[in-house]
Amino acid sequence: MSTKLALSAAALLVASVAGQVVAEEVNVYSNRQDFLIKPIIDTFTEETGIDVNVVFLKDGMAERLEREGRLSPADLLLTVDISRLMEVVDKDLTQPVDSEILEKSVPAQYRDADGQWFALTTRARAIYTAKDRVGKRDDITYEELADPKYKGKICTRSGKHPYNVALISSMIDEHGEAETKTWLQGVKANLAQKPQGGDRDQIKAVNDGVCDYALGNSYYYGVMLSDEAQRETAEGVYINFPNQADRGTHVNISAVALAKHAKNKDAAVKLMEFLVSDEAQHLYASANHEYPVKDGVEPSELVKGWGDFAADKRPLVDIATHAKTAVQLVDDVKFDL
Amino acid sequence: MKRTSWTVSSWVLALLLTLPIMALIYEALLPTEDVFRHLWGSVLPTYISNTFRLVVGVMLFSFLAGVPAAWLMAMCELPSKRYLQWALILPLAMPSYIVAFVYTDLLDFSGPVQSTLRHWFGWQSASDYYFPAIRTLGGAALVLGLVLFPYVYLLARTAFMEQSLSLVQSSRLLGCSPWQSFKRISLPLARPAIVVGLSLVAMETLAEFGTVNFFAVNTLTTAVYDTWLGYGSLNAAAKISAIMLLVVMLLLSLERMSRKRQQVFQKSLGQEQHSGYVLTGLTKWCALVFCWSLVLLGFLLPFVILCYHAIRYFDKAWNSRFFEYSLNSLLLSSVVAGLALMVALVLAMSHRLTGKTYTQIPKRLASMGYALPGAVLAIGVLVPLTSLDFAINDAALWLGLAEPGLVFTGTMAAIAFGYLVRFGAMAIGSVESSLGKVSPSLDMVSQTMGYRPSAIMMKVHVPLIRKGILAGVLLVFIECMKELPAALLLRPFNFQTLATYVYQFVSDEQLELGALPAIVIVLVGLIPLIFLNRSLEQTH
Repeated sequence: MSTKLALSAAALLVASVAGQVVAEEVNVYSNRQDFLIKPIIDTFTEETGIDVNVVFLKDGMAERLEREGRLSPADLLLTVDISRLMEVVDKDLTQPVDSEILEKSVPAQYRDADGQWFALTTRARAIYTAKDRVGKRDDITYEELADPKYKGKICTRSGKHPYNVALISSMIDEHGEAETKTWLQGVKANLAQKPQGGDRDQIKAVNDGVCDYALGNSYYYGVMLSDEAQRETAEGVYINFPNQADRGTHVNISAVALAKHAKNKDAAVKLMEFLVSDEAQHLYASANHEYPVKDGVEPSELVKGWGDFAADKRPLVDIATHAKTAVQLVDDVKFDL
Repeated sequence: MKRTSWTVSSWVLALLLTLPIMALIYEALLPTEDVFRHLWGSVLPTYISNTFRLVVGVMLFSFLAGVPAAWLMAMCELPSKRYLQWALILPLAMPSYIVAFVYTDLLDFSGPVQSTLRHWFGWQSASDYYFPAIRTLGGAALVLGLVLFPYVYLLARTAFMEQSLSLVQSSRLLGCSPWQSFKRISLPLARPAIVVGLSLVAMETLAEFGTVNFFAVNTLTTAVYDTWLGYGSLNAAAKISAIMLLVVMLLLSLERMSRKRQQVFQKSLGQEQHSGYVLTGLTKWCALVFCWSLVLLGFLLPFVILCYHAIRYFDKAWNSRFFEYSLNSLLLSSVVAGLALMVALVLAMSHRLTGKTYTQIPKRLASMGYALPGAVLAIGVLVPLTSLDFAINDAALWLGLAEPGLVFTGTMAAIAFGYLVRFGAMAIGSVESSLGKVSPSLDMVSQTMGYRPSAIMMKVHVPLIRKGILAGVLLVFIECMKELPAALLLRPFNFQTLATYVYQFVSDEQLELGALPAIVIVLVGLIPLIFLNRSLEQTH
């Protein structure tokens, strides 16, 4: 009996330290940097009185959730990139949300049919071209980057970065594995330098004449244009949306999902619904110069200035299924070496 | 405390610190589909050769920079030595991924250096001139060497300072030149410390991810991250980590075996006033240029560039919560440094008391965490700690109490444990190399005087190896200030360290906004640095 008593005392002590009683709150695990989501979160808290706690987890969100199991404090998962999202979904770490608001606001191709996840913004995988040496190329395609006439003219970041993996996956979905491999080999042969740096470095490289064409996500261009110190560099390049004549430009998403063991489910769903409101969609998208998923919500003025484009309509879930093959192809052709 | 209880506690501590690694080894033993075979057939051979060349390059640089600098500071009189001796530690306070970012930015084709050159000489394209490419293995080795050489410097300087001057004096009386006396007396005596320093450098390089990534150099750590995140196979990632660990252990034990017969003790405390060689003329200037350029390249230049960004982006970057983040970092780092010291003392003492070879094992076991990439180690930490959390919660349920939630993984405990596993090796290595130089006859004398082991440790050993202890604590502290991948994965809600805060910006390619908090990291790291350095000087 005395051991049980001692244990109870210890447990009580632990409980009083660990289990603080708080008003309504939502705990968010996020792939997105705190500073990008803070303005939206603050607005939400102001309007609803619900506190939001955020942990920025770059890698390992799925492992942490998996290990924490039913004890996990996470309510909401904010992810970027479809394969990282599918990892938490496939490992059964999310739960479906049945919300009319969410279903009405997010177009079907950008959410899970069972409500396991909802995209919030999209980002286009663009091709940047040098203003002076190439000019605007509205007719450009991803496929032609492998054309030998571009030898020594192309820049990109590591082939294994999630953004490139998703693009390669979409190529596999369109052309099959063998053809994509040939394409990758062609692109590699055309590289001006070993894959390196981030997406902004590619814009810099084009501006400085290291290469004429570069792959990069649309929002980096926006971030650079709105930064006085980097505007000049960004102004040296055009942003082009590839494959407008056929399947459309490849887009990736940032998304939200309800954690399987969410303890503050109601508040969490409220935050999800807030994130697809017109106001938050605009705020959230313009914080990082992305595209709102909700129809009728305008992107930021800057982003609008780049003109409309047709996005690849194939379901992102299909693309995510090829992610592993894509990484294998990158290794096979020694893209980064 | 009795001898057996020292042995028992050392084993308990060692096993505790090994839990995450055992979790990973268990993972590694699970089937890995064909990921491993695929890697082997494509990129792994290149990764292995890159890793080998990088580690050798960084170690070579650290040795060539760290040992001469340490000797100059410990044995010679130089103008500005008062500043130099701690300025040479400063590169450590600078997170390596920041230095990497600064240098790639500076020396890239688009960077200010090459742009200016093109502007001056009217070059149009890269084919018009030669400029060494920075994003290469050589560039990575150089930059890593610049930030890592202080490990060797710090430990070697401590060793040189702990050396009894009478030995050096005797060698000089016997006709050795300063160089011969260095080669035949000082260097062999300092060898354990230098080896510990170099092995820290090697392990840090092995586990390095952010920096090599900036330099587009793929190493085994890249493979670990790729297999984990790209192929989605934690098992295969754990397998590669386990192989890396094995190689490290093998190398370390080879070195130990080669030193087996070499046992040198110092009778004196190494605390006499060093007369020191007074350098003059060309030698003086060479020494000064050598030391100051290390400080300049490893610290001042990146620091100035950070300041430039910080001033330019001050309005956007200033955050009223810096104070809170600094306090978090400071507190966490101090706690872990203290714990690491206790672990190191217990492990070193238990070995010393029994003198049996097998008591070396706990020390070796407890030092393994350092060679693991931070994020992988963090997963290893999660495994045992979440199990513990579940046990506590299940117990609470059984007792009819409310579940307390994640007592360990939901709090600072997980981060602190992770850091201890990762950086314990630094304290252990430093204490060990210092203690090794204290003659066992002192222990025997103390025993005949009726001292118990704990009293011997506190009254005899600790005062004698104070410098080694300080160096070890300092290293652990500074590493904790900068540590990133484990912190990212293990930190609880509403807990930012300066490093995680900076990383948000770096990971979004916006170092400009992270420059200000990065400076705070360096400045907060400087406080204990100056404090510790002062006490190092006082005993001298």
